[in-house]
Amino acid sequence: MMEILEGSHAVAEAVKRCRPQVIAAYPITPQTHIVEALASMVADCDLDADYICVESEFSALSACLGASAAGSRVYSATTSQGLALMFEVCFNVAGMRQPVVMTIANRAMGAPLNIWNDQQDSISLRDSGWMQFYAEDNQEANDLHYIAYKVAENHDVLLPAMVCFDGFILTHTYEPVDIPTQEEIDAFLPPYQPVNVLDAKNPMSLGMYATPDYYMEFRYEIEEAMKRARKVFAEVGAEFGEIFGRDYSGMVEGYRLEDADIALVAMGSICGTTKDAIDEMREDGKKVGLLKIRSFRPFPSEEVKAALAGVSKVAILDKNISLGQKGAVALEVKDALYGTGTEVLDYIIALGGRDVRKRDIRAVVDLAEKGIGDQFYGLRTEVL
Amino acid sequence: MALRVGCAAPPGRAHDNKTGSWRVFKPIFKYEQCVKCGLCEVVCPEGCVYEREDGYYVADYDYCKGCGLCAEECPVDDIEMVQEEK
Ligand code: SF4
Ligand code: SF4
Repeated sequence: MMEILEGSHAVAEAVKRCRPQVIAAYPITPQTHIVEALASMVADCDLDADYICVESEFSALSACLGASAAGSRVYSATTSQGLALMFEVCFNVAGMRQPVVMTIANRAMGAPLNIWNDQQDSISLRDSGWMQFYAEDNQEANDLHYIAYKVAENHDVLLPAMVCFDGFILTHTYEPVDIPTQEEIDAFLPPYQPVNVLDAKNPMSLGMYATPDYYMEFRYEIEEAMKRARKVFAEVGAEFGEIFGRDYSGMVEGYRLEDADIALVAMGSICGTTKDAIDEMREDGKKVGLLKIRSFRPFPSEEVKAALAGVSKVAILDKNISLGQKGAVALEVKDALYGTGTEVLDYIIALGGRDVRKRDIRAVVDLAEKGIGDQFYGLRTEVL
Repeated sequence: MALRVGCAAPPGRAHDNKTGSWRVFKPIFKYEQCVKCGLCEVVCPEGCVYEREDGYYVADYDYCKGCGLCAEECPVDDIEMVQEEK
């Protein structure tokens, strides 16, 4: 049913329909409205889940890890410093192969303290063994939760997933969202079937100590699961498309790329602005397109290479920076395009909530045409 | 040992981690002065000292890490730590 919902509430409605049995989260801006809404649903008996109140994000994800190990479907949500506090547990969840799904309301990392949007928080967890899916709008943020659970819980995958959507730009924005019914989601997402369950009658350790004789093999198995996740994501995304009419079979999505000479590459809400800017540039005769990255982990290198095969220049809009190198998306795209000769230019943009307008996208394309890149875009040089 | 997803293991699988390879010094039980007090078994943090049928004690060298506590605590100095050649 189509509803006008705040992004956070659209996500809460999606989570409710996934029927998590345990929710543990600690409120932090701009994630708060999601967990507030879920807490109300549990209190009002609209959602049959245990909501564990914890004193920190470290405890929130630890509680989820334990509950997942005991065989429950679990949910958490966080952002920025909260995610940083979960760092250790994130690696444990992935290493113990628990299909936890967690929403990240993307926000900048301190210091300086900043509650506004960029994607530095989740990008900094890219090596943790969690899948990472980025939503462009609230409809996609809603839909990706159903898909994330189904991919994560697939026995060929068994990896946790972060569904990332931009703080404030999406979390606090009202948009029309088509929310599936509970019956539809029950049919799409059956109850979680765990492989190893903590059970006092049949004791077992998870995440056991592994000496140098065994450790590498466990890491290898996570990487193999990531590889299999590519195929599972495509299948689950296609199945979702057949049922609900919104196709998510692609880990990337092209926009007006067919005859494009310059391709912009971006993740998250900035894609919407970029599409509008592309439409304007197309009217002016510029052959510009967009490649949206939906899954950052696993990274769809082959799909990226295929999608960008026809362009001569690629301009990356990176809402993060791997300090001492460049933006994380640029690094991945450069790797995917290695050997093709395609020029890849990186633009660090929109950090800490700096607004991006259509004219900024046009300015980036102007710079790319001149071959000027690998730099911050939109710096206020007067304050430097 | 075949790996199980998520490093899941039933009780007792720590046996698979043979920590004896960590050892630099090996405790040699000499049985010259030994009074069979059993202190070596009690203090061994690895729990790898056990009583033989004749009442004397010995370490399981698959797991003994060579920490030397048994030799330090033995009241009659009957355990000698000897550097191991590998
Ligand atoms: S502590 Fe020394 S004396 Fe006592 S049982 Fe062990 S070896 Fe023998
Ligand atoms: S050296 Fe340490 S680990 Fe080895 S038997 Fe003695 S107390 Fe136990």
